[in-house]
Amino acid sequence: MIWNNWSEFFSMGGYGLYVWGSYLVSFACIAGEIWLILNRRRTLQKYLGLRDESTIREKK
Amino acid sequence: MSINWYKYASPASFYFLAGRMIPYFSIAAIVLLIIGLYIGFFVAPTDFQQGEAYRIIFIHVPAAWMSMFLYLVMAFWAGIGLAFNTRLSSMVATAIAPTGAMFTFIALWTGAWWGKPMWGAWWVWDARLTSELILLFLYIGFMSLQAAIDDPRRADKAGAVIALVGVVNIPIIYFSVQWWNTLHQGASVSVTQSPKMAASMLVGMLIMSLAAWMYSIAMILMRTRVIILERERHTAWVAELKGAAR
Repeated sequence: MIWNNWSEFFSMGGYGLYVWGSYLVSFACIAGEIWLILNRRRTLQKYLGLRDESTIREKK
Repeated sequence: MSINWYKYASPASFYFLAGRMIPYFSIAAIVLLIIGLYIGFFVAPTDFQQGEAYRIIFIHVPAAWMSMFLYLVMAFWAGIGLAFNTRLSSMVATAIAPTGAMFTFIALWTGAWWGKPMWGAWWVWDARLTSELILLFLYIGFMSLQAAIDDPRRADKAGAVIALVGVVNIPIIYFSVQWWNTLHQGASVSVTQSPKMAASMLVGMLIMSLAAWMYSIAMILMRTRVIILERERHTAWVAELKGAAR
């Protein structure tokens, strides 16, 4: 195992700021994009008066 | 049994097909992400030159690859929509842009935060970095141009033009490290030569790239479905969805 303990893991060989700064912002962007699209979909469904379409069988 | 390819070219049937596919791509993205991060942080060894800072590669390279790849896919569908006047193709192109812009931003951000400890600078007007920044402006230009035009069909055409014109920037980004003497390193991974990276580092990076790809497909399918609903809200089949609501 590369890391002996968690604090060593978070210090990331002294580059912790840069590594975690990169990862946190990247995952914040991804989480933000997911939230935006779900929010856009919810407001649209409310506006169009659709129920959650998973309960609507595709018509054959 | 002949397959009717055009069945799914209609927004209505694509809407339901995409709805069924999204969960599979989402699960694949999550599983690949967990595996990729595990390899990246717990299997791949410390780099003899960069120490631990190189681990940013597991998000920087997949994001950069996706930013270029998604632009090409966007330009392709925009071109198809322009040439064949197929509404769904243009909707997919419109759906791709935000995800592509996000990956471009992530590539630039993680690159800067990797460059600071390694090069000593957050930003340099280097050929690779500058052309990637232009890519970000192209994505933003595409999105704002389309947003500025009310009629969706005209917005599709205008967007297609800017998308197709911008395609020239992709090979510039890719080959910038060979054409110019750049601070950014050359390609470490190529389909022709043997990889110049340690196996576990390479595997971790490739799995993260697959995770980014699965994520992009799931996100773009979701956004396409929302765009379909927005543009087709006056149609019968959407009304039928509404009918089911009452």
